[in-house]
Amino acid sequence: MRELSLHILDVLENSIEAGATRIELLIEEDLEKDFLRIVIRDNGRGMSEELARQVLDPFVTTRTTRHVGLGLPLFAAAAERCNGELRIQSKPGVGTTVLATFQHNHIDRAPLGDLAGTLMAAILSEREMDIHYKHTADGRAFELDTAEVRRVLGDVPLSHPKVRQWLESTLAEGLASVQSPDVT
Amino acid sequence: MPKLKTLEDLKRLREEAQQDIKVRLETGTKITVGMGTCGIAAGARETMHAILKELKKFEIEAHVTTVGCIGMCVKEPLVDIEQAGKPRITYGNVTPDMVPTLIEEHLIKGNVVQECVVGRLPTQG
Ligand SMILES: Nc1ncnc2c1ncn2[C@@H]1O[C@H](COP(=O)(O)OP(=O)(O)OP(=O)(O)O)[C@@H](O)[C@H]1O
Ligand code: FES
Ligand SMILES: [Mg+2]
Repeated sequence: MRELSLHILDVLENSIEAGATRIELLIEEDLEKDFLRIVIRDNGRGMSEELARQVLDPFVTTRTTRHVGLGLPLFAAAAERCNGELRIQSKPGVGTTVLATFQHNHIDRAPLGDLAGTLMAAILSEREMDIHYKHTADGRAFELDTAEVRRVLGDVPLSHPKVRQWLESTLAEGLASVQSPDVT
Repeated sequence: MPKLKTLEDLKRLREEAQQDIKVRLETGTKITVGMGTCGIAAGARETMHAILKELKKFEIEAHVTTVGCIGMCVKEPLVDIEQAGKPRITYGNVTPDMVPTLIEEHLIKGNVVQECVVGRLPTQG
């Protein structure tokens, strides 16, 4: 995929599919150490040790609509191309953590891309869950927790058109404040 | 968290939203976009973005949600439109550039864009 944020969306969809009610997305950019780390942690159903070991093989999937699962193997390949790696930790009934690392300025590293779009697509999921997003880049930081937003909103849903617009602009502003244009 | 001012905006917005929430739930339009791996690879996120943009432009108050894979890889991106009292229509291969036509025809003029339909469910309830 042409943007890392598309891989991130795909992993978020796995978490949602696994019944997660709370997902943490952490993005850490360290230009000095030339390092990019992406962590997606969920409290979904988790995987057995065996499945967690096998999921990087495209021929392993629990989906029934087709016989290959591409999400995680593609993300792993993207990390490995950039002197990084993808690791999965999972525990049945507890949750799953996917960790991907990259050399930040590696020539083959895809840009992070439209992170706001990725977050919106996940937040607007039909399955209700909360996403806690934290992004740091060289001392700058942005954080948004939909649980917090929900608390302010009371009974107004996140998918309400007005809330949707608030989320879009808040994310766009937050991302602009954390990412400097020459970086990603 | 976002700046305090932004959170103040959110609180104000809550009050506005609470007043019109009932109306919307009764007359609502519901748009669903497939966000499975194939959908994402085929540009479903951009399609959703285009939908939000058109809705905002015409001030159409529709409910937009995303779902995971529904098993129609080759037809991704899939967009489903449901309106009270009308059959539910699923459109296939909806690229962002098709969105303006789709919104204008289906939501504004009330015409189904036949050539893009991949599924149809009769009126419910
Ligand atoms: N966060 C998670 N929690 C629980 N199980 C997971 C999680 N992520 C992946 N899995 C399991 O690993 C399998 C492989 O995931 P992967 O994303 O590679 O493919 P897929 O989701 O099956 O298909 P695709 O992503 O290509 O649509 C899934 O079918 C699911 O059983
Ligand atoms: S993601 Fe391929 S059919 Fe849904
Ligand atoms: Mg997947």
